[in-house]
Amino acid sequence: MAARTIIAERPAARGGGFFHHHLLGVEDLSRLEIETVLSLAAEYKAALVSRPDERLATLRGRTVVNLFFENSTRTRTSFEFAAKRLGADVVNFDVATSSIAKGETLVDTAETIEALGADFIVMRHPASGACQYLMRHATASLINAGDGSHEHPTQALLDALTVQEALGRIEGTKVSILGDALHSRVARSAIWALTKLGAKVTLAGPSTLVPIEFASLGVRVVHDFEEAVEDADVIYLLRVQTERQASNFLPSLAEYRSLFGMDAERLALTKPGALIMHPGPVNRGVEVTREVMDSPRSRILGQVTNGVAVRMAVLTLLDRARQSAGVKS
Amino acid sequence: MTTDDSILIAGGTVIDSSQAIHAKRDVLIEGGRIAAIAESIGRERAKHVIDATGLIVCPGFIDLHCHLREPGGSASETIASGTAAAASGGFTTVFCMPNTNPVCDSHVVVKFILVRAQEAGSIRVVPIAAVTRDQKGEQLADLGALMSAGAGAYSDDGRPVSNAMVMRRALTYAHMLDMPIFDHAEDLSLTADGVMHEGNVSLRLGLKGIPRSSEATIVARDCALSHETGGRLHICHVSNRDSVAAIRHWKDRGAPVTAEVSPHHLTLTDEAVCAGEGYRTSAKMKPPLCSEDDRRSLIEALEDGTIDCIATDHAPHSPPSKDALFQDAPFGILGFESAFAVLYTTFVASGRWKLDFLIEKMTSAPAEVIGAEWGTLRPGSCADVALLRVGEPYVFDEARVKSLSRNSPWLGQSFGGRVVATLAEGRVVFKEEAALCATDPSAGPCGPRPVVIADPTLTRGRVSGT
Repeated sequence: MAARTIIAERPAARGGGFFHHHLLGVEDLSRLEIETVLSLAAEYKAALVSRPDERLATLRGRTVVNLFFENSTRTRTSFEFAAKRLGADVVNFDVATSSIAKGETLVDTAETIEALGADFIVMRHPASGACQYLMRHATASLINAGDGSHEHPTQALLDALTVQEALGRIEGTKVSILGDALHSRVARSAIWALTKLGAKVTLAGPSTLVPIEFASLGVRVVHDFEEAVEDADVIYLLRVQTERQASNFLPSLAEYRSLFGMDAERLALTKPGALIMHPGPVNRGVEVTREVMDSPRSRILGQVTNGVAVRMAVLTLLDRARQSAGVKS
Repeated sequence: MTTDDSILIAGGTVIDSSQAIHAKRDVLIEGGRIAAIAESIGRERAKHVIDATGLIVCPGFIDLHCHLREPGGSASETIASGTAAAASGGFTTVFCMPNTNPVCDSHVVVKFILVRAQEAGSIRVVPIAAVTRDQKGEQLADLGALMSAGAGAYSDDGRPVSNAMVMRRALTYAHMLDMPIFDHAEDLSLTADGVMHEGNVSLRLGLKGIPRSSEATIVARDCALSHETGGRLHICHVSNRDSVAAIRHWKDRGAPVTAEVSPHHLTLTDEAVCAGEGYRTSAKMKPPLCSEDDRRSLIEALEDGTIDCIATDHAPHSPPSKDALFQDAPFGILGFESAFAVLYTTFVASGRWKLDFLIEKMTSAPAEVIGAEWGTLRPGSCADVALLRVGEPYVFDEARVKSLSRNSPWLGQSFGGRVVATLAEGRVVFKEEAALCATDPSAGPCGPRPVVIADPTLTRGRVSGT
């Protein structure tokens, strides 16, 4: 209930409670900061629905650079849409056609982008810690759009918004995350966001991909499907990548499906009304069947819609923090 | 009667575990050797006098494990810069690993390193030669010729011998020569693309982990081979509790095994990777920093003799190469300049160890591992001496770093003890600015030592002649 109350308290949310210049991970955020993002995102979402063509002036004169070292049309488009709606100029730095491919280092690239006057750099990179590295060399606000297996904070924040909308609360809910947690930045960010907001989180999957050490992050670790889902309010399915088979994390994708895949039969083992979520893109027929995806229990499309609202909130709050710290824009 | 190169180190507190001395003593040096050690030695007996009042006087430190990068890696270190760094850390003898370019797998490279060390004119450098040609783990290098050229041990270092039969043959052969094999114990198939200790921290940071078994399985394998063949095995930079258990087991069974531990494994854990902004490449090395539980077991193992001595694994990497994404940065950190300060502050100032114990583990203990007559102030021995000041705070800043590289996790930190001067074979090879009062402003003769290719005191089984 606490989170909901804060959404209602607009002035408190507007008043700040968010002082970071960068969004590197959810691990760095306090509960209040997360709630501040969610409450502003809820406002933006309402406006997105009621006034879809509106263009705000919040970030007029600011430049947002999307720097994606891994392809992700969905996340990049979501950031682009969010930034434009706030009135910012957006530059998409396409790594495939830039000189990065010709041996330019990450730092060279960042310096070039800074010289163009970027206020925000939204970066996705295959290396864990890429943003922490870039931070030492850049003055723009950095938003982590996914670094290796480390964090993907805006995904976790939009997932939290989705859960809150669907269940009315996060505090006390039981969330089970199934799949390849070891390699998943989504899982790590979701663990931080949900546990900080008071959810009880369970991780489940094969022991090779869900090591017991995850318990040190404050979650329950199980290696049995039924045990994982029986009393869950939310079942969050992670993408299982085919390359895990080659490195012997999995005997086969078929075996994964038989032990941990979500299908209509297994859906019946879950609590009535339990939500099915997935960060996308889905490997249909591996971690989840199309039938389950298309069921009314699924929130997969809703998650995509919330992405824009959360990213608008993050851009706005980072900009406010920069302004109040006197950073020249 | 005084000789031109005679030095009296007067008024200091001598700590020498090889003679069980911990007392105020004067030390007289003549002809590069310790001439006398006594409660009081007349100043007229020496040409130069170093006033060591308030200082600790001990044998120069011996480091069985370092990387001087030359030939082939002079952007990170040269033999000149590396020996200067070692001297500033109180070291008078260092054993350098063969992972140079070209690899130190021939008498030519061994001689080259020795000549460069003489040109540098600082401290004693003992090359460690490769076990196998080009460190490929296939064909044994000419181990006898390498020894004759001046190598003090064999190691394939960070590209360890993976084939157990090759290792068995190497130990058998080295046993004939009475030479030790220095074992960087690592199963690269278990390390895979790991970049730090596999544990809670790697999980949190999303970095690929290196399991303890990567080291512990090879420690167990090679100790069994050493026991079977009689070949002397020295386990490098032991990092975790499982390796300690394997060493303890095989030592109890009488295997001719010794082991070293680094200052960083004794004082830091994997949490050091996420200090500050996180993903600190100056906390990235092999074997990786492990958990607090591992650290405690290493301390206990050093205290109970399971681990014999301290070695730094000084591993310079140029600033640009370490300014990289964590996963891409090279493994290794500096060790020479900070070793004493870090260990003194962590273990002696805190009251856990006596200073005598720390000095022993950096002097006579490593000397015993390689069977050399260094690490002592016994009259007649080489005048390798370190002068220490303890109980006075100082900041380990960049000015203190003599290495060409800067990859130290301790830069900027404050410590309670330091090295203020170092003498190698009776010559001052390092002194802190204005640290010493000497009757002669030069505080003793400096400059290149006479050319001596191989030191006859080096190892037990040295083949005579070259």
